[in-house]
Amino acid sequence: MSRSTIGYLALLAFGLAAPFFIYPVLVMKVLCFSLFACAFNLLLGYTGLLSFGHAVFFGSAAYVAGHALKVWQLPTLLGLLAGTGAAAALGWVIGSLAIRRQGIYFAMITLALAQMVYFLFLQAPFTGGEDGLQGVPRGSLFGVLDLSDDMNLYYVVLAIFAAAFWLIQRTIHSPFGQILKAIRENEPRAVSLGYDVAKYKLLAFVLSAGLAGLAGATKTLVFKFATLTDAHWHTSGEVVLMTLVGGMGTVFGPLVGATVIVTLQNELADKVGSLVTVIMGSIFVICVLAFRRGIVGESLALYERMIGRR
Amino acid sequence: MSEIFGIPIQAFMGQLMLGLVNGSFYAMLSLGLAVIFGMLNIINFTHGALYMVGAFGAWLGLTYLELGYWQALLLSPICVGIFGIVIERSMLQWLYKLDHLYGLLLTFGLALVLEGLFTNIFGVSGQPYSIPDELSGAFNLGFMFLPKYRAWVIVASLVVCFVTWFVIEKTQLGAYLRAATENPKLTQAFGINVPLMVMLTYGFGAALAGFAGVLAAPAIQVSPLMGSNLIIVVFAVVVIGGMGSILGSILTGIGLGVIEGLTKVFYAEASSTVVFIIMAIVLMIRPAGLFGKEK
Repeated sequence: MSRSTIGYLALLAFGLAAPFFIYPVLVMKVLCFSLFACAFNLLLGYTGLLSFGHAVFFGSAAYVAGHALKVWQLPTLLGLLAGTGAAAALGWVIGSLAIRRQGIYFAMITLALAQMVYFLFLQAPFTGGEDGLQGVPRGSLFGVLDLSDDMNLYYVVLAIFAAAFWLIQRTIHSPFGQILKAIRENEPRAVSLGYDVAKYKLLAFVLSAGLAGLAGATKTLVFKFATLTDAHWHTSGEVVLMTLVGGMGTVFGPLVGATVIVTLQNELADKVGSLVTVIMGSIFVICVLAFRRGIVGESLALYERMIGRR
Repeated sequence: MSEIFGIPIQAFMGQLMLGLVNGSFYAMLSLGLAVIFGMLNIINFTHGALYMVGAFGAWLGLTYLELGYWQALLLSPICVGIFGIVIERSMLQWLYKLDHLYGLLLTFGLALVLEGLFTNIFGVSGQPYSIPDELSGAFNLGFMFLPKYRAWVIVASLVVCFVTWFVIEKTQLGAYLRAATENPKLTQAFGINVPLMVMLTYGFGAALAGFAGVLAAPAIQVSPLMGSNLIIVVFAVVVIGGMGSILGSILTGIGLGVIEGLTKVFYAEASSTVVFIIMAIVLMIRPAGLFGKEK
């Protein structure tokens, strides 16, 4: 067995055992945000596109899934699919506009378009405005497994996360993923090699938006509500922070980053109140100034240096 | 004539003026963003927070030091400018060689810190700041009443924008600045202290945001969140106008403010989204922006 296989198995074993000694809802929250961050990392870390409006995909999927489950009373899995599909479709619209500009403009455009959708959500009747969409039923899996039980739901969420994580890994290591990396490293050269760069970027954007949507839809299932916070630019900033803290462009970075940030928010929320924003902002500043490779990236660099010295 | 397109002229002109006022703020802030981007290659997300700090500077001055509006209009931007210089020296200067996105991320973090600190101290609800006596009341123009303060905001911001344009395009200092924007290494080789100019540019941009904040203080309530809501619209303005030209930033800012104001008259539901819709249309037709050059 290779070393990475052992790593994956250990992680899976931990995931399976976690709810017995940690509050399952917290672990599910970590999993949802990890998936969100992994989807974001696919875009930033592997394609070099900084989307500053990713919360809009997370949030719109949360609303659509919530609406599908509560109002249309669809089965749970269909509700998740509806949310994911809606996010991917929105990703196609926003992506095709945003990829018309490069670099820093791309970030500003995604942020602005996300804000536009946020205002639409604020006014639209089906989102419940400031109150959000409350009391979404979790339903059951294939009519057999009752998901209102936290433990049952946990393993479904874990399975969703594992499947999405596997999909992201497959994408990164596929020829498609290699082309994305080529675009990140040197876009003009990728163009000159004959690749339709715009098409690849858009596809990566749609994939990332869809997976972020899956994370948002799953979050609705866990907490039984969807609110404006899910689509707010603060949430977009959070997912950037998670990826940055963990290490962008690394496989496990977003997972580590999401775990650290969610746990930190959970611990700090009662103690310091509104100072949480200050702490998150400070982590941003410190990471950018001194810690740009993130926890996983810096650890890998340290490990390689030690190997080299020996 | 008392109606325009079926809208009472009073309401129409009122919204037009309000649009011009908002447009003045867009113009001042997008101008600052453009000047900073030209020199530092950084999109300054902190800009909205600096605008908020400027407004709070005026409010704090009035509440604790009994400084009037006119003193605040001078002192608050200077303080914000110095604060900007501190930020540039202590943090931003280490990022110039890196990818642009790090500048955005750092200034985003700073914006969160400032917003969080002010929220923690003053709460999210707005603090009222009264209009100075000289500027309260309204002009009677016959067909409408024009509040003096709105007229003052428009005039003041136009003057500031014009002076900025004049300094950058028509003076010796501006020539150095444009040279340093075009090619910093070569400019430095001619004996011009480029790092100093970069520092002053950021300080000036910050002061401009602070000035806009003081102007805004009596017009809207002073609140910690006033900047972040504005800055995203200003980003859209910058995308629409392109950051290549100073006059372009000013015109786009004012124009979009007016369009937004008129949207409030004709279809109020779309007034918060109209700027973003225009941005989407501009991206489809002219991706480089109205005044931008494709690099």
